[in-house]
Amino acid sequence: MSAPTVSTVDGAIGQSPKRVEDDRFIRGKGNYVDDVQLPGMLFMAIYRSPFAHATINSIDTSRAEAMPGVVACVTGDLLAQHGLAWMPTLAGDTQAVLATDKVRFQGQEVVCVIAKTAAQAEDALEGIDVDYDPLPVITDPKKALDADAPIIRSDLEGKTDNHIFTWESGDADATDRVFADADIVVKLDTLYPRIHPAPMETCGAVADYNKATGKMTIYLTSQAPHAHRTLFALVAGLPEQKIRIISPDVGGGFGNKVPIYPGYVVATAASLLIGKPVKWIESRTENLMSTGFARDYHMEGEIAATKDGKMLAVRANVLADHGAFNAQAQPSKWPAGFFNIATGSYDFQAAHCKVDGVYTNKAPGGIAYRCSFRVTEAAYLIERLVENLALQTGIDAAELRRKNFIQPDQFPYKSPMGWEYDSGDYEKALDIALDLVGYDELRKEQEEKRAKGEIMGIGFSSFTEIVGAGMSKICDIAGLAMIDSAELRIHPTGKGVLKLGVQSQGQGHETTFAQIVANELGIPYTDIAVEHGDTDHTPYGLGTYASRSTPTGGAATAIVARKLREKARQIAAHLLECAPDDLEFDSGTFSVKGSPEKSKTIQECIFGAYQSDLPDDMEKGFEDVTYYDAPEMTYPFGTYICVVDVDKGTGQVKVRKFVAVDDCGTRINPMIVDGQIHGGLTQGFGTAMMELISFDEDGNCFGGNFMDYLIPTAVESPDWTLGECTTPSPHHPFGAKGVGESPTVGSPQAFVNAVVDALHPYGITNIDMPLSSHKVWKVLRDNGVSDE
Amino acid sequence: MSDKVMVTTTVNGEECEALVEPRTLLVHMIRESLHLTGTHIGCDTTSCGACTVLLDGRPVKSCTILAVQANGRELATVEGLEAADGLSPVQEGFKEEHGLHCGYCTPGMMMTVTALLEENPNPSEDEIRKAISGNLCRCTGYVNIIKAVHYAAKKKEGAAA
Repeated sequence: MSAPTVSTVDGAIGQSPKRVEDDRFIRGKGNYVDDVQLPGMLFMAIYRSPFAHATINSIDTSRAEAMPGVVACVTGDLLAQHGLAWMPTLAGDTQAVLATDKVRFQGQEVVCVIAKTAAQAEDALEGIDVDYDPLPVITDPKKALDADAPIIRSDLEGKTDNHIFTWESGDADATDRVFADADIVVKLDTLYPRIHPAPMETCGAVADYNKATGKMTIYLTSQAPHAHRTLFALVAGLPEQKIRIISPDVGGGFGNKVPIYPGYVVATAASLLIGKPVKWIESRTENLMSTGFARDYHMEGEIAATKDGKMLAVRANVLADHGAFNAQAQPSKWPAGFFNIATGSYDFQAAHCKVDGVYTNKAPGGIAYRCSFRVTEAAYLIERLVENLALQTGIDAAELRRKNFIQPDQFPYKSPMGWEYDSGDYEKALDIALDLVGYDELRKEQEEKRAKGEIMGIGFSSFTEIVGAGMSKICDIAGLAMIDSAELRIHPTGKGVLKLGVQSQGQGHETTFAQIVANELGIPYTDIAVEHGDTDHTPYGLGTYASRSTPTGGAATAIVARKLREKARQIAAHLLECAPDDLEFDSGTFSVKGSPEKSKTIQECIFGAYQSDLPDDMEKGFEDVTYYDAPEMTYPFGTYICVVDVDKGTGQVKVRKFVAVDDCGTRINPMIVDGQIHGGLTQGFGTAMMELISFDEDGNCFGGNFMDYLIPTAVESPDWTLGECTTPSPHHPFGAKGVGESPTVGSPQAFVNAVVDALHPYGITNIDMPLSSHKVWKVLRDNGVSDE
Repeated sequence: MSDKVMVTTTVNGEECEALVEPRTLLVHMIRESLHLTGTHIGCDTTSCGACTVLLDGRPVKSCTILAVQANGRELATVEGLEAADGLSPVQEGFKEEHGLHCGYCTPGMMMTVTALLEENPNPSEDEIRKAISGNLCRCTGYVNIIKAVHYAAKKKEGAAA
């Protein structure tokens, strides 16, 4: 199946109805975890380590316990009595829930205080006395592998270094052979720095244990409520039917709400032990310092090419900083996720990558911030390398890309590192982008400006993503196949409920998934209520991240609707006294071929499903469920072009124009797709220009609040010019590929390439993100362009 | 801890009383004592604006004001935007122009915009960007929020004409 059959019914695929979920949000009637207020609810606050690395000699909670309103102090030793002091991470490591032996990063959880009010819990943190012996600190992953480096994970038996894993993909020998004979080799040594998703709502939980029923209800900021239920069952030993995870409205996720954090575990354990509801809501400082960091990849890359610009091979060597625990949240079977998509949009003969993961005294992670797992880093590396090859060879950046693209007739395309790309037309996206930006005129203008000593740059990114995990043969969480599900139940009057295993954090599922049903069944989208996020009332699914909702849950929705459409066809044939094959279906009506006056609407068929007169052997009712295991990943792509002017005096980079041409396959709701792209581009802009979590040599975190960790405001954020093309996925039921993450994956390198293009006449070939004015000014000054 | 104090405010046109600790922040009184949870909290440093409400018609970040400072004054929160005859132009604009995704920053953003349009009924794009620069949105990139403000301005102008 490729392009969908488009229905004319209200809200069908391709239409842009306004979002149904907005009706509550614009009235202040959303229901986020912090809005949950339960009778008798207690509040939890977390005492965190001020040191990045220190032995814990003793923990004294007696002063805190005597403070007003304090109900309990939970230490790691107390948790150890219940086997909960340590928890497994999604990456197969262990992580301290509360520190017992030593602390390993600044902000690590040490003691939890439970009190009658949130303020009392916070107050009592002052009454926690911990005696530490500070230890040497490692914040530089390169030093983590030094022979004399202190061992961070002394808890792991036999651990004698800070190395976590080595992972390789591709053919090293074949790649090296190509490099040995190549005319040209372009090299790049770059850091994709540590950043944070920083959704506007922080993480939190309200755990509510009912002693009478033995049921544990957890309101959780969760992108994956079903997977989290199973993990709670596996880790805490609670029977799974007695756990209910409710992920209500979620105030942005972007990967931050995929892992299970210590705060969730302790709040749950505390509710179980105390028998009352316990609420824990993370502060922004806690969010930025301790949960869900992303990237922190030190990458060396090289491309081998002929002198006329035919790219032959690519290789990469990466040092991955995972912090104090390998709490990487990703379901692939490989420790560096899908980093081996690093061949990008180009047809290489050979490729190889090697990634080494190390421990440092920094917050644990990392998470896939609005991307599939390590795809962002890979896309950045290849697009930065291609840009530098263009600058080194003097070949136009657009033409170099065009010359090396995988061609439309090569799909399905097998990449040298083992992926099978589903479909693409990279040149088409490039041409639309060149046209939208007015490329030829821009290059002329750049030449004129350079002659006058002004600095202007044009940067490209012709990225390919890999999303939709997807494919149980390569992806699972704790052994759970990465399937997703949809349950559709239509009531007798033709209106019904769609229940999903995926979970919206702002993507608009309540609208778009109803549109899928509208398209398949011809029922107006407003007649379908979409439910998600409550594990007691929705079918099992792995959640929303990796742009997987439409590729997996969307596929399940289309398939379950098609199953029911076939049931309706049987009923229509029965009512019209004809053979099912004699019926045509269009936009909600079955009619007899050649006799369109003989027809039944889908609503008549549904009502029929609940009446006594049904075909023999047909069950009554109109509902079904589908679990979908994607046969392949999907491969969205696009070309982004960024135009910048750089102020010589201040180093300020002004984004004059940014063109984004995305191909995400079939678009369900173009308004929502554009909105996703706007937001992702702005996050990519933040990554490229502003955002950074850094550390001093003692491991003190810089970037632990919104005064230090700068995310774009309306003043800095550029305007975006969007273009599109549509190359449907051949294996998805209606040709969709997923879009949420393309702009964050595709855009950062376009900004950087534009600045490098601008500064290349001065001998500059790389600046690492973020490209703050100060950093750019220093580069200009060091190269004699700006005065002191 | 010192004794609790009674704070009397007019909230969305109705008189409300709340018994709070003197140190209670206005946002906590609004959310926990008055149970108006449409006003959100997104940071600890007065940076994000998710808690923006109107105090005597002016937008304030309610995480940076003590509840007692609101005593005897008028508060407006997102819950008061909708009138008997329907959504306010700002609410309508946010829905029509897809000015929100996750909805978390939306109440604070709409309160800032509501105050902006009272002061400046026909703001330029630059004026809008400056006015909402204290309200962070992580989802939309602000593009459609700006369109929503233009929509609301136009709608208000039409209603006034």
